[in-house]
Amino acid sequence: MSRPLVAIRGVSQRFGPDGAGVVALDGIDLEIPDGQFAAVVGPSGCGKSTLLSLVAGLRRPSSGTVLCDGEPITGPMPRKVGMIFQEANLLPWLSALDNVAFPLKLRRVARAERLPAARRMLTLTGLSGFEDRLPHQLSGGMKQRVAIARGLVQDPAVLLMDEPFASLDEQTRMVLGDELLRIWSETRKTVLFVTHSLNEAVYLADRVIVLSARPGRVVDDVTVDLPRPRTFAMTGGERFGALKDRIWRHIKHAERG
Amino acid sequence: MTTSGRRLAQVALYAGILAAWEVLPRAGVVPRLFVPPLSEALATLVSDRREYLGSLPTTFGEIAVSYLIVCGGGILLGQLIGASAAARRIALPVLRSAYAIPIVVLYPVMMVWFGLGSESKIAFASIYAFIPTLLTAVAGVAALSPALGETARAFGATRLQQILYIALPASLPSIVAALRLGGALVIVGVIVAQMLGAAEGLGFLITRHRTLLNSPGVYAGIVLVLLITGLHEVLLRGLERRVAAYREGASPS
Repeated sequence: MSRPLVAIRGVSQRFGPDGAGVVALDGIDLEIPDGQFAAVVGPSGCGKSTLLSLVAGLRRPSSGTVLCDGEPITGPMPRKVGMIFQEANLLPWLSALDNVAFPLKLRRVARAERLPAARRMLTLTGLSGFEDRLPHQLSGGMKQRVAIARGLVQDPAVLLMDEPFASLDEQTRMVLGDELLRIWSETRKTVLFVTHSLNEAVYLADRVIVLSARPGRVVDDVTVDLPRPRTFAMTGGERFGALKDRIWRHIKHAERG
Repeated sequence: MTTSGRRLAQVALYAGILAAWEVLPRAGVVPRLFVPPLSEALATLVSDRREYLGSLPTTFGEIAVSYLIVCGGGILLGQLIGASAAARRIALPVLRSAYAIPIVVLYPVMMVWFGLGSESKIAFASIYAFIPTLLTAVAGVAALSPALGETARAFGATRLQQILYIALPASLPSIVAALRLGGALVIVGVIVAQMLGAAEGLGFLITRHRTLLNSPGVYAGIVLVLLITGLHEVLLRGLERRVAAYREGASPS
């Protein structure tokens, strides 16, 4: 196994005045090796998204440390960590191309350099020909493709995805899942993928990390030993069902309590 | 209905209103003393053009200064209040109740305070238009999605970049909407103030003709006021279309 690219060490997150309020995450220890596709699942409100925002550097943990490539994360590190949110969050006044190039613009990369880079990413995500469209002229799935291209444009080692397909319809979601696997196999990023969908988690990931209900703790860490490339036929298989069952038992227990 | 069909119907409606303005007084349906035919008002506007055009510099000057106060101050303050949830909760109820005060009744006080000249017109028009403009600006900022700022932050945007690349372009449409409302109210405010007490200006001219029972003179002034507000509306609508072109039926997403 390769070295951990993301290391989460003894991380707890409390909210409220002086950290006295709700405990969202409690003593999380995780190591994500370089190139791994890791999914994070758990009951609603278990702090999955909070965990992701800690790795994104959008929040500082109440205690513990988060390391990326051996370096403590103290703020957003856009060149190392790309983020994709549940909503595409595109700037509605910018074209698809300019949206993808936006992170480079923030770093003052010259236009002549950032536009070709953005164009390449749009091609990678299957959107060549749509460069000049404004977000309102794109479908939900296409917007999310633009967001993925934007997340990849700085060639970060880590891609964080916070329920990226949750607001899409079932079919678009399945197509985009396969697209994501294709992009992942071409770019070999380390992916941390938060989702509500057990199907999605097992289908996409190498490993599924299961968090408990608040306070979020790691209750299971499941290796998905299905071969790649994954196919739709696998989702009806016995192995797929067994893995899903194992994860569902934790969630069911938590959602009832 | 097609776009061109709608346009045609619109033109017909305008033409109908103008024709009614011409025909009804002539037919004796409306007394000419109260509404003279359109052609008479226009003829007066043309024959007395020196007088009417002469009233415009004062009027435009007062409008310009009030516009600056209302839109500069009102929109800036609106941005500040709108950006903070706490400020909105504190200020909005107060502003809304202040909005209910009929400010026209205060005009005599302002006239005594600031004199018969331009100062009292500017004071009145500014106060009259300030709160609605401010409220429009606040509503625009409050409707902005914080998700875009968060996204920019995740991609490493500094505070300044967040304002420059996110907050400013995102609030541009609401700024133009506030300009449009503020400008229209300022024009009305200045004219009304001039009518209530002034020594020059378009509103003053209208009042003078009224006291002389010179109805075509009054309506010539009204036509001029309509032209000014219409021009303002057309300009701002054009600006709005350019600024908000991306909004076409979609919220930020």
